[in-house]
Amino acid sequence: MTIIDKPADVPAPRAGDDFDGPLLEVRDLHVEFHTRDGIAKAVNGVNYTVNAGETLAVLGESGSGKSVTAQAIMGILDMPPGRIPKGEIFFRGEDMLRMSGEERRKIRGRKIAMIFQDALSSLNPVLSVGYQLGEMFRVHQGLSKKDAKLKAIELMDRVRIPAAKERVGDYPHQFSGGMRQRIMIAMALALEPELIIADEPTTALDVTVQAQVMDLLAELQREYNMGLILITHDLGVVADVADKIAVMYAGRIVETAPVHELYKRPAHPYTRGLLDSIPRLDQKGQELYAIKGLPPNLTRIPSGCAFNPRCPKAQDICRTEVPALLPVTERDGSELAGRGSACHFWKETIHG
Amino acid sequence: MPEKTAEKAEKTVANDLAQGTAAVAAESGPTPAKARSLWSDAWHDLRRNPLFLVSAVLILLLVVMAAAPGLFTSASPRDADLAKHYLQHPNWGNFFAPDWLGYDGQGRSIYARIVYGARASILVGVGVTVLVAVLGTAVGMTAGYFGGWLDSMLSRVTDVFMAIPYLLGALVVLTTFEVRTVWVVMLAMAFLGWTTIARVARGSVITVKQADYVVAAKALGASTTRIMLKHILPNALAPIIVVATIALGGYIAAEATLSFLGVGLAEPTVSWGVDVSAGREQLRNAPYVLIIPSVMVSITVLSFLMFGDAVRNALDPKLR
Amino acid sequence: MGRYVARRLLQMIPVFIGSTLLIFLMMYALPGDPVRALMGDQAFDPAVVESIRHDLGLDLPIWQQYLNYLGGLLQGDFGTTIGSQRPVADIIAEAFPVTIRLTLFAFVFLVIVGISLGVIAGLRPDSVRDRGLLTLTLVLISMPSFVLGYLMQYLFAFQLGVTTPTVQDSENFGDLLLPAIVLASLSLAYVARLTRTSMAENLRADYMRTAVAKGLPRSRIVGVHLMRNSMIPVVTFLGTDIGNLMTGAIVTEGIFNVQGVGDAIYEALFRREGATVVGIASLIVIVYLVASLLVDLLYAVLDPRIRYA
Repeated sequence: MTIIDKPADVPAPRAGDDFDGPLLEVRDLHVEFHTRDGIAKAVNGVNYTVNAGETLAVLGESGSGKSVTAQAIMGILDMPPGRIPKGEIFFRGEDMLRMSGEERRKIRGRKIAMIFQDALSSLNPVLSVGYQLGEMFRVHQGLSKKDAKLKAIELMDRVRIPAAKERVGDYPHQFSGGMRQRIMIAMALALEPELIIADEPTTALDVTVQAQVMDLLAELQREYNMGLILITHDLGVVADVADKIAVMYAGRIVETAPVHELYKRPAHPYTRGLLDSIPRLDQKGQELYAIKGLPPNLTRIPSGCAFNPRCPKAQDICRTEVPALLPVTERDGSELAGRGSACHFWKETIHG
Repeated sequence: MPEKTAEKAEKTVANDLAQGTAAVAAESGPTPAKARSLWSDAWHDLRRNPLFLVSAVLILLLVVMAAAPGLFTSASPRDADLAKHYLQHPNWGNFFAPDWLGYDGQGRSIYARIVYGARASILVGVGVTVLVAVLGTAVGMTAGYFGGWLDSMLSRVTDVFMAIPYLLGALVVLTTFEVRTVWVVMLAMAFLGWTTIARVARGSVITVKQADYVVAAKALGASTTRIMLKHILPNALAPIIVVATIALGGYIAAEATLSFLGVGLAEPTVSWGVDVSAGREQLRNAPYVLIIPSVMVSITVLSFLMFGDAVRNALDPKLR
Repeated sequence: MGRYVARRLLQMIPVFIGSTLLIFLMMYALPGDPVRALMGDQAFDPAVVESIRHDLGLDLPIWQQYLNYLGGLLQGDFGTTIGSQRPVADIIAEAFPVTIRLTLFAFVFLVIVGISLGVIAGLRPDSVRDRGLLTLTLVLISMPSFVLGYLMQYLFAFQLGVTTPTVQDSENFGDLLLPAIVLASLSLAYVARLTRTSMAENLRADYMRTAVAKGLPRSRIVGVHLMRNSMIPVVTFLGTDIGNLMTGAIVTEGIFNVQGVGDAIYEALFRREGATVVGIASLIVIVYLVASLLVDLLYAVLDPRIRYA
């Protein structure tokens, strides 16, 4: 995966920053859960990188392992039942899976922050938003209660919550859905982290509010030059903000591509299916396409390509051999930057 | 305090469970097939729960003991032989013989008294639970279903009964009776104990009432009685059963406490509580006279509590 | 807020009147005659009994007796006992402090120990220590206090000899320790279980995940985020339990021979001293009602989602 072209005005790296590799690199990550019905293999060898200022969108249905990967990066997996049998997660070149609990805690919130899907349940119902925002400064920077409150008001202003000063003592249930999600964003931004993971940040919101929240997030990301991992199942959200996309299925990345390339020419039948199932105005009256079948049971992932039972193009080889994520090329063999597909028949899919 | 057990068990359950179970009941309602699956699911869970199996066996044993004490001992609980009074200590090796657990102050076989005492405990426990469940459900359903002034009035009455501590109320009622049979004790305890079930029933009826299928039944012109009995009661039942089962153990403890205080059952009824009370005299020299019936009360209460716990876990999906 | 409190106080009045009326009716309308109880087993002259009844106002219709009683109560007059002509207020003034001391002692004990045990178990649901605690509480709950009381008395006083079997000085906290533990045991078990359930449930809440993601230290995650939410049901339980604790003292005081409310009420019941019984019961009802109001107010402090409607 390569870095997508950046605007020229990218801020210089922060002071004391002598690491020039990718901000985050996930290598061959595996996560499994031990359940009553057996071992659920939620993530099966995921690789991706995120650079400063870059947005990676991770796309997939529920159960595809996109959130579990994020939780593993964040270090908030429930272990047990979760387990990471294999893999590495490098943050600025250091493997976080080898760090002590205390070292990881100091990264959480300060260097890597997370925005959750449902802000109402993700914010503590009995603590004021000012307290919850200020807590970041009190814990990580040792600010006094009073100073932390001022910082909290500043943050609320930053994410454009009206009358921040008056509302700093209010509780989460007193805000609207969109405002609550802004508070979640403010909380994640509090310490100006280098990487933000947003797990379906707009799914729970009204469509009109979705765009506002997404724009705000994108704007702040540019401003602070943060890396952003945007987890979503909504192709519409991705198009405007993401630089590159990783499509996940059954715990694996099945396709990667720069965002517009993917929309134009998908190189995996699953991606194609996802794109075809978006309702389009120019196809009014036609039956809406839907990928047949259900996502696989993670305790019994099909052999070969996990997508084969649902794939319209499946052949015998798909049922026996797991396709590797291979570079995708033009018809003439010239390289397509940042593109990869884990399909035995990627050529037919992209060019056919 | 044991006498509070019943009330508290109900309250605790009401606090942290009733809502959950009420919701399940509501959700499981629309079709009989779904309703059946809640119960069959619960049964499926129960059969695999060792806690349930152990308590069920113990309860079965106690029930048989209560129904046919003659199967367990040939001795009579009332035959007093002063030559054998409490100074004759238990003969621990001599299982199930009249002298197995020794003799009490009046020279009666403690083992025989334990066996015969089961009847009073089980009878009062089950009787009070049934009475309380029926009375509480009736009041709670009426209040919850009709709402309005009837609800306000019944809720205030419930408040009044709730404000009187259980033990205090039972003491006051029971001291006025000179002859206290099993029935008197049962009625007095039920008279004071129905409030929690009424609240739980009211809550779950209000939840179920708003369910679409009840609204639909109403729209189709079903009569009030029909809606109550066919639609609302079956679906409000789960939380009521949970509360009642757990309360049963509490009522047994309460009966023993009242008998111990001298206001519950009295001679000639054979009751563990009475025996504990009598055993106080010689706690220093013959502690077993007091300890054996005490332990029996505890085992019985424990059996019903474990049983209730298991039933609750099976009916409450939150814990699954 | 002030309005809410005022309304709640007003609502208490019918409940208070209803409860005292109920106890009054149970005391006087049901069979059992205080004057005959006074005479004991002696032969008595029906005419004498009648005249005493008349003097005491016991021949009036029951509702009039109640109104008279309530009227007195409003003026702070608890009435006098029939047997000894002693003011009931004296008996109450003597007995209440003892029971309040015992109850408070038990309350503090059960709050500290109960919540601690619940936290220890709730932080690791389904662990060995969790199961151990659940079993222990189940055993405690199934042990009526007279059973526990005598077992402890037998063990500590007769076998080990570390305490006296009965309380010698009700102002000595060392003496009250054993009765307080016995009195507290059942509620303690419930508090532990409730805390445990509540913690285990909230542990899975989304906001707990957020707290971890914020990089907060564990002590803060548990102490601030988890505890605030988990204590809400426990506080409710504790508030409604105070009345029960006070009457539970009837048994405990009996076992350890403490001269408190339990002792006084027990004696009054057998002498059919209505005024004493109803007086003490009214006070306990007031304690219960005030405690429930306080809990409701505290509830709103702990949970901002609750609004006074």
